[in-house]
Amino acid sequence: MTELQRDGQAAVSVRGLQKRYGDLVAVRGVDFEVAPGETFGFLGPNGAGKSTTIGMLCTLVEPTGGMALVAGHDVVRARGDVRRNIGLVFQDTTLDLYLTAEQNMRFHAELYGVPRDLLGDRMHQVLDMVGLWERRSSRVNTFSGGMKRRLEIARGLLHSPRVLFLDEPTVGLDPQTRASIWAYIHELRQQEDITIFLTTHYMDEAEHCDRIAIIDQGAIVVLDSPEALKASVGKDRVQIRTANDPQAIAELRDRFDIEASVHEGAVTFAVAGGEQFIPRLFAELGVPIESVNVSRPSLDDVFLTYTGRTIRDAEASSSDRFRASPFAAAARR
Amino acid sequence: MTTTTPASATDPSRPMVAKIRLPEGGAAQDLRAVKVVWQREMIRFSQDRIRIVTALVQPILYVFVLGTGLSSLTKGATGDVSLRTFMFPGVLALSVLFTAMFSAVSIVWDREFGFLREMLVAPVRRSAIILGKCLGGATVAAIQGLIVLALAGLVSVPYSPIMLATLAVEMLLLGFTVTAFGLVIAARIKQMQAMMGLMQMILMPLMFLSGVLYPLAGLPRWLNVLVHINPITYAVHPLRLVVFAHIHASATAVARLNPPLTWWGWPVPTLVQLAVVAATGMVFLWVAVLEFDRAD
Repeated sequence: MTELQRDGQAAVSVRGLQKRYGDLVAVRGVDFEVAPGETFGFLGPNGAGKSTTIGMLCTLVEPTGGMALVAGHDVVRARGDVRRNIGLVFQDTTLDLYLTAEQNMRFHAELYGVPRDLLGDRMHQVLDMVGLWERRSSRVNTFSGGMKRRLEIARGLLHSPRVLFLDEPTVGLDPQTRASIWAYIHELRQQEDITIFLTTHYMDEAEHCDRIAIIDQGAIVVLDSPEALKASVGKDRVQIRTANDPQAIAELRDRFDIEASVHEGAVTFAVAGGEQFIPRLFAELGVPIESVNVSRPSLDDVFLTYTGRTIRDAEASSSDRFRASPFAAAARR
Repeated sequence: MTTTTPASATDPSRPMVAKIRLPEGGAAQDLRAVKVVWQREMIRFSQDRIRIVTALVQPILYVFVLGTGLSSLTKGATGDVSLRTFMFPGVLALSVLFTAMFSAVSIVWDREFGFLREMLVAPVRRSAIILGKCLGGATVAAIQGLIVLALAGLVSVPYSPIMLATLAVEMLLLGFTVTAFGLVIAARIKQMQAMMGLMQMILMPLMFLSGVLYPLAGLPRWLNVLVHINPITYAVHPLRLVVFAHIHASATAVARLNPPLTWWGWPVPTLVQLAVVAATGMVFLWVAVLEFDRAD
């Protein structure tokens, strides 16, 4: 098994990985494998255990159970080997804002032992890839949030890691910048022979992945490709605003045999052929309808289907359990 | 090869880069890490011109304001050496003390702004990073001390090359020990504000109990004990010895202002004093490495 993985059978291989903080179980025994070259996403609300899992895979958080191999190396017993083979981009910036982009890159190269004769070309290549080569002599404190994130991605790639970890790579960025970050990530997938492991709590971003693991309350709920996950839901999602929600829910149950509940302030339910269903609904529901929204199955619906909650509901309830991510707290130390 | 022709390549003449193969680690790699952490301290120091200037204010106040003001009280008691000259080596030590401590404290900024994590996740030993930081703090502190030393002529201390070189080495050593000590404290502090307060609380007693501002002669027993426990004392005294060796001082003035540092009546040789400072620094360095190893 281990030998196979060393030969590149899996970029990341995780068995029963667990992390507790006292009584709190942040990650409860997860299993999964990520193939070389794959873009693998961990999707879940804040506090679901995404960052803790990434922390364990990056050797920053010590697991309390199970095992994990990254690039064929054990994250507990061979930390140095794991670190040499991974690139990291954290949620919060880890750049020296008073150094120039190039100085930040050179610092990283020296720390990681990048051979000096290759450094110049490699740095040119990765800075070019994220569109920052022209700005290499500018101090980082003159950069926008998106530029800083791009620089961190370039720096994470500088030493040719086999696995690039992106922990919430677009968090805190405006939608346009988020889109551009994704464009750069797609480009680097073209250019680099690399496995990408990322976490996100934006449903729309999960679609950029080859496969997604939905994680909720420290456990993997389901793991598949975005298409397969959406197909497994099948039904369209309908949200209606009514004058009397409880009555609407009762009538939906009695007349249409549909289970509905209130999410995000609207009566929400899943139904096959939603667009054809709407006229019937107006005709037969005894409650005045103020607005209707029908959406094709999205990853939001996948999350709703598998966890019984929307991701926003989940975040509201989990923010009390994990006020701050334990990984963030641990790594800041 | 990791790359096919990059679609976005703006410079077609740029050679393709083979996949970077990192070395297996080891001593050479750790040495590179020490060096680059040291270099970063140098870059940051050279950028901070305001800090270099403001760090001159305190020594000037001590030597020229406090020293001049108190001279009226001590006239006659210091023989042919002015109080300002007496205070000068002590103030050099002060400069080193504050600059080195400030360098150590910058690791709390690094933590707050995230850069510490970039260093701690690298595939190098923590000791390499801590050592680089210590050597950086020591160098910065010694440079700051040399800047203060430029004022020597104003207090009748000659610019003798041998004296300057010896002082520089001694200041480097003091800077190293103080930075290591500062890192031990900084390892557990998460916020800059807390660190600043703590630093004041620690620096002031270290300063007052080191013979920076008064001679080690005729102290009451309790104070004498505290001064001899303070490792900083063993750096201040050699600094003063070097300065006194290069000025004209009568035997009476030396006896009053620069009496030997003794352990139970035994005058401690300068090299032993410096060894005390070095050993203290090594212990703090070791503790700092343990502390930063524990914290991740």
